[in-house]
Amino acid sequence: MKVLRPEKTTATPDHNVPTINQHLSIIDELSRHQVEMLKMNCIEHDIIYHGLGSEGHGVVHIIGPEMGLTQPGMTIVCGDSHTSTHGAFGAIAFGIGTSEVEMVLASQCIMQPKPKKMRITINGKLNKGVTAKDIALYIISKISTSGGTGHFIEYAGSAITSLSMEGRMTLCNLSIESGARGGMIAPDETTFNYIKGREFAPAGIEWDKAVERWKALKSEENAVFDTEYIYDAADIEPMITYGTNPGMGIGISQTIPTTNGMLGSDKSTYEKSLNYMGYAPGEKMTGKKIDFVFLGSCTNGRIEDFRQFTAFVKGKKKADNVTAWLVPGSKQVENQIREEGLVEILEEAGFELRQPGCSACLAMNDDKIPEGKYSVSTSNRNFEGRQGPGARTLLASPLTAAAAAVTGIITDPRDLL
Amino acid sequence: MLLTPPLRGGWVGLLNKMAYDKFSTITSPAVPLEIENVDTDQIIPARFLKAVERKGFGDNLFRDWRYNKDGSHKADFPLNNKKYSGKILVGAKNFGSGSSREHAAWAIYDYGFRVVVSSFFADIFKGNALNNGLLPVVVTPEFLQKIFDAIEKDANTEFEVNLEQQKFTIKATGESIDFEINPYKKHCLQNGLDDIDYLVEMKSKITEFEAP
Repeated sequence: MKVLRPEKTTATPDHNVPTINQHLSIIDELSRHQVEMLKMNCIEHDIIYHGLGSEGHGVVHIIGPEMGLTQPGMTIVCGDSHTSTHGAFGAIAFGIGTSEVEMVLASQCIMQPKPKKMRITINGKLNKGVTAKDIALYIISKISTSGGTGHFIEYAGSAITSLSMEGRMTLCNLSIESGARGGMIAPDETTFNYIKGREFAPAGIEWDKAVERWKALKSEENAVFDTEYIYDAADIEPMITYGTNPGMGIGISQTIPTTNGMLGSDKSTYEKSLNYMGYAPGEKMTGKKIDFVFLGSCTNGRIEDFRQFTAFVKGKKKADNVTAWLVPGSKQVENQIREEGLVEILEEAGFELRQPGCSACLAMNDDKIPEGKYSVSTSNRNFEGRQGPGARTLLASPLTAAAAAVTGIITDPRDLL
Repeated sequence: MLLTPPLRGGWVGLLNKMAYDKFSTITSPAVPLEIENVDTDQIIPARFLKAVERKGFGDNLFRDWRYNKDGSHKADFPLNNKKYSGKILVGAKNFGSGSSREHAAWAIYDYGFRVVVSSFFADIFKGNALNNGLLPVVVTPEFLQKIFDAIEKDANTEFEVNLEQQKFTIKATGESIDFEINPYKKHCLQNGLDDIDYLVEMKSKITEFEAP
């Protein structure tokens, strides 16, 4: 059986690739074999393949938008749950399993139950030091990791429309961490300005026609949703997680919740989680010692994330007790970091840049956080062992990660801005 | 063979692909896993996703909860407790959250389970399970507690999962509960089929839809 629409299919190896010495053959035998198989299959089926080290290589959810492949109104699927990222462009985008990838390759179609509709509105202006990542962690802390299950989410409100495309992608990326298959934002001028001129974007008269079409992709004034939440941007502070799922997050100035009122498996699951993290209920998060900082992933591996991190650490020094892994989300992000002179600032502050890939987000390559160590990570999951067996992950924004990197402890980034 | 199509009209195809065992009624004891929010990273950690075939994942099912670093079994994990056995895994709420890795469903199936019971499943896991011959059974939180209680009382107590009647029964007490399943997926499970043949049969409609 052949792939039905190879011209509408793109592939890149991201999950298991090394983030150093990418010009050499992959040392891990299984990873090398897996990447080789992908390449061979792409050649056999005429699928566009962005191999390791090539200019188009990177985390799939970063290169799609960068190349202008991701456009409003499209249906985009990928065998990765963070495909929700592309919803930032007003696309229907969701992660699927291997069998479903097979269905799409064979038929360019997929069978899905119709999702319920949820709208999350964030009104007002974000506080200083608060990013899209903090909005996402705030939402998940409110609705839990299962609150979005069965739904697609539309994000709306002035705090959302004022986000950059990078910020919108971070927010939609984390939709799956609330259980929602997808999250989307109505396309607007910010969206169109981002797409215009990119490699696969429509051009000339086709561009004008596309924009006209895209402008219609928004909910009606009187649209009815199955579930609605409304929050005030002013209530959101820089967030950090203290437990083993992304819903276990708090404002960085707050204390770890107590077990008061919890019963049965709620309580035992919570205690298991805190025990894994080595934390106790009621403790303050700020001031706790950390060991690693990871900047990268499909959540926060974009150029804006590196700009924010770099601006924060400029003129400061990396703390001696911290190992920092800075992993660009794509070759293009890596190139931009170099062209914009960010790499010199980072090196001056004691940081090194690695090569693109998913890296320590899921530790499928060699970038594993050692057992028991604490990692402030800009990635998307703080599950047990996610960043390596026994690793303890604290999810946060690039700014909060930068603050921890220069102080060696959990630090409110607002104190250093 | 004619059945109600799940999403659109005009069912025309014959499904003929055998991807997994046909699902019939299962009567078996169950293994309890009373932990909430079991994510797919726990079910099968990412470092075991490098295989290019679907076999053999059962050995690493719940790897880091099941084994010590030296490969020995952790005594307190239910899968290592000899008193528990059977083809039914009973989880707590929000089972299968996180990563879309289908390997999670493969690992549970490969280990020997054919049914996973919970009061709430994550969407992607549920879809992956249904596509791989693993039946996700959703019961109420109250009924889930009854199942856990029954196992605690007698680890050998049996449960009956009747897919045809969509009924889950605690044999010892006779208490039962009806469960939902999409009629099309039910048919696929009962006949060991997947969706590809159905979709490929629609090729002329797909081409028609794609035409400018």
